[in-house]
Amino acid sequence: MCLAVPMKVIEIHGEIGIVESHHVRQQVNLALLGDVKVNDWVMIHAGFAIAKLNRLQADRTRRLLAEAGYIPCD
Amino acid sequence: MIDRTIDARLAQTLRTFPSPRPLKVMEVCGTHTMAIRRAGIQQLLPPQIRLVSGPGCPVCVTPDSFIDRAIFLARQGYLIVTFGDMLTVPGRESSLAQERTAGADIRVVYSPLEALEIARDSNRQVVFLAVGFETTAPVIALTLLQARKKKLANFFILPGNKLIPPAMTALLTERTIIDGFLLPGHVSTVLGKDGYAFLKPWAIPGVISGFTPAEIISSLLRLLELIVHGRGTVENNYRRVVRDQGNPRSRAAIAKVFTVADSDWRGLGNIPASGLELRSEFARFDIGQRVAWPKEKQRPAGHCRCGDVLRGTIDPPQCPQFGRGCKPGHPKGPCMVSSEGSCAAWYTYG
Amino acid sequence: MAKIELAHGGGGRQTQELISRFFHHYLDDPEIRKLDDGAVIGDQVFSTDSYVVKPLFFPGGDIGKLAVCGTANDLAVMGAEPQFLSLGFIIEAGFDVADLGRILCSIRAAARRIGVRIVTGDTKVVEKGKADGLFINSSGIGRIRFPGGNRLGMDRMSEGDRIIVSGPLGCHGIAVWLARNEFRLQSRVVSDVAPLWPLIRSLLDFPITFMRDPTRGGLAQVLNEMASGGRHIGIEIDERQIPVSAAVRTVCDMLGFDPLVLANEGRVVVVVADAAAEAVLQTMRRHPLGRQARLIGRIVRGHPGGRVALRTTLGTERIIMPPVGELLPRIC
Repeated sequence: MCLAVPMKVIEIHGEIGIVESHHVRQQVNLALLGDVKVNDWVMIHAGFAIAKLNRLQADRTRRLLAEAGYIPCD
Repeated sequence: MIDRTIDARLAQTLRTFPSPRPLKVMEVCGTHTMAIRRAGIQQLLPPQIRLVSGPGCPVCVTPDSFIDRAIFLARQGYLIVTFGDMLTVPGRESSLAQERTAGADIRVVYSPLEALEIARDSNRQVVFLAVGFETTAPVIALTLLQARKKKLANFFILPGNKLIPPAMTALLTERTIIDGFLLPGHVSTVLGKDGYAFLKPWAIPGVISGFTPAEIISSLLRLLELIVHGRGTVENNYRRVVRDQGNPRSRAAIAKVFTVADSDWRGLGNIPASGLELRSEFARFDIGQRVAWPKEKQRPAGHCRCGDVLRGTIDPPQCPQFGRGCKPGHPKGPCMVSSEGSCAAWYTYG
Repeated sequence: MAKIELAHGGGGRQTQELISRFFHHYLDDPEIRKLDDGAVIGDQVFSTDSYVVKPLFFPGGDIGKLAVCGTANDLAVMGAEPQFLSLGFIIEAGFDVADLGRILCSIRAAARRIGVRIVTGDTKVVEKGKADGLFINSSGIGRIRFPGGNRLGMDRMSEGDRIIVSGPLGCHGIAVWLARNEFRLQSRVVSDVAPLWPLIRSLLDFPITFMRDPTRGGLAQVLNEMASGGRHIGIEIDERQIPVSAAVRTVCDMLGFDPLVLANEGRVVVVVADAAAEAVLQTMRRHPLGRQARLIGRIVRGHPGGRVALRTTLGTERIIMPPVGELLPRIC
């Protein structure tokens, strides 16, 4: 029930982060997440980062789908 | 991210899924409803398998009384700030959009933080309409913490946030037939897989899903497998975003600011312990503490069957109002108002 | 309907309702009933449009550039070379003359670029609070240049015709929306506002049946107008072919917008006979304004009232309805 978009953290200033995707940049609040670092990808909802993207899991998803006979691409 | 070849293969697998008997799967989340309809995924379902939309659409389940109170506040001169979704929801007689046409100051925002800015820059009394589920509640909680820190004296909320697990439990308690749940991806970032432990006694499987067509189809396929093999477990198929333990910080933010209370859900009635009210230390931000609400008049019973649609007992076209008195642009009930509401999605996408 | 609402100006279903229930009821000229972008009078086209955009200045342009290009484009999509424009200004008392100067400068530049003369105008000043800064009305006259006075029209579309869109959608809609609302959002999205005649002029020798620019209400609105305005036709489009930039798509995903209903001010939808479609596409791509032109669909046989069907990436089908209501950011 919620629109959330993956964006990459490019700057952090305390609780505030600047995130970016396809040259769209937004200032968001990071207080709901623990250890966010620059270059992490996060899900943005209503001006807040609500979850961190797990790149390992993202890769695993792609691999599993590939094993199932599909060709992943970036 | 995912190749079209994957989409096509998954689509074919779903089309040909061998179901031994008629099955009914509920997608809990309104954003899933939209994504499914936009991609035409329901067209891929074999005839035995039915997909119904559940109560995970905050606009759909917000009762008349909430809208009427917001309108009352607007007419009293409060500056109302709201997410866009709520603007066209009909109350008993009017909607916020209509009130705005009549001159009320109603502002649409993307983030509740903007409501703080509006309050800071204005000497008006500002009321933010707090709706949404577990995904949005922590965001609103942090906004209130900021309001308290900034000592804003002219910022309030009209509490209306609701919780998903009690609604799911209510549906199951009513003996609604659901063979499996497609679980909400972003609510699950807060609850985690562990947050669905309440499903265990019912032994009904659930799969937490992302929102791309490939993710939804692969989650549906996994869910159907679990159903057919009698495995009443909950699985996380959105691991790149959802952790099994969810987000403790978000849950802590909610617990710090809100307390759980019984809540009225449009179409489902009153569900115990299903809504969020402000804790006493934040009571000064609750506009309800300062205002004497006018007596609630009951909406005359019409033929709106939103409740049955939300429960998944009927499909939108089975409501007598669907496409007749009730259409996008002239909605009679919430299922048609929200672009994610089952009826609006069905009307738009077929 | 007792009062006019914002949604009535959205360009979608409510706008059409307002036009048919009120304007056509009282203003009954056969030309006006055609709902074309302009009226054909002999070998000329006459068109009018009003500009109320907020903010007045946005990435890629301003209300002045929009007023010139917008009306010139209404003429261009009727196959007419824009020749003369009028401009009527309604200015709010207190408006900054420096801004007026900037806007007039922009108007002059746009007019020169198109080669159109602004030959008459009017100015009114209203009390503070009555005009939100500045409103502009622009009317235009152009001469039909398509060979044989070839009248483009929805009734000329037939089964098998192909549909081309000249470039990525939603740039103007998003640029203006972000300029109005910020949301602490920065993007490189710039309005696509541009004069279309130079692009359309290169298509004069092709069997074009119909053209329209997808302004308010976007592609969804134009396709629905075509489907219901044509004779027993429907439309099928391929989702994979619809051009939307990654930046516009990102903003749409964040706010819950559908790119198909966003306004464009420098794009044209072209309907052309199947045999010439590829050649038209290549010709458009040779022009700066058409580099990213795409063949997005075709006219099919349909029933009266028509429908617009979109083939998804999954191979399923969904119906594109005319847009309803105003653009509102959604949280869920």
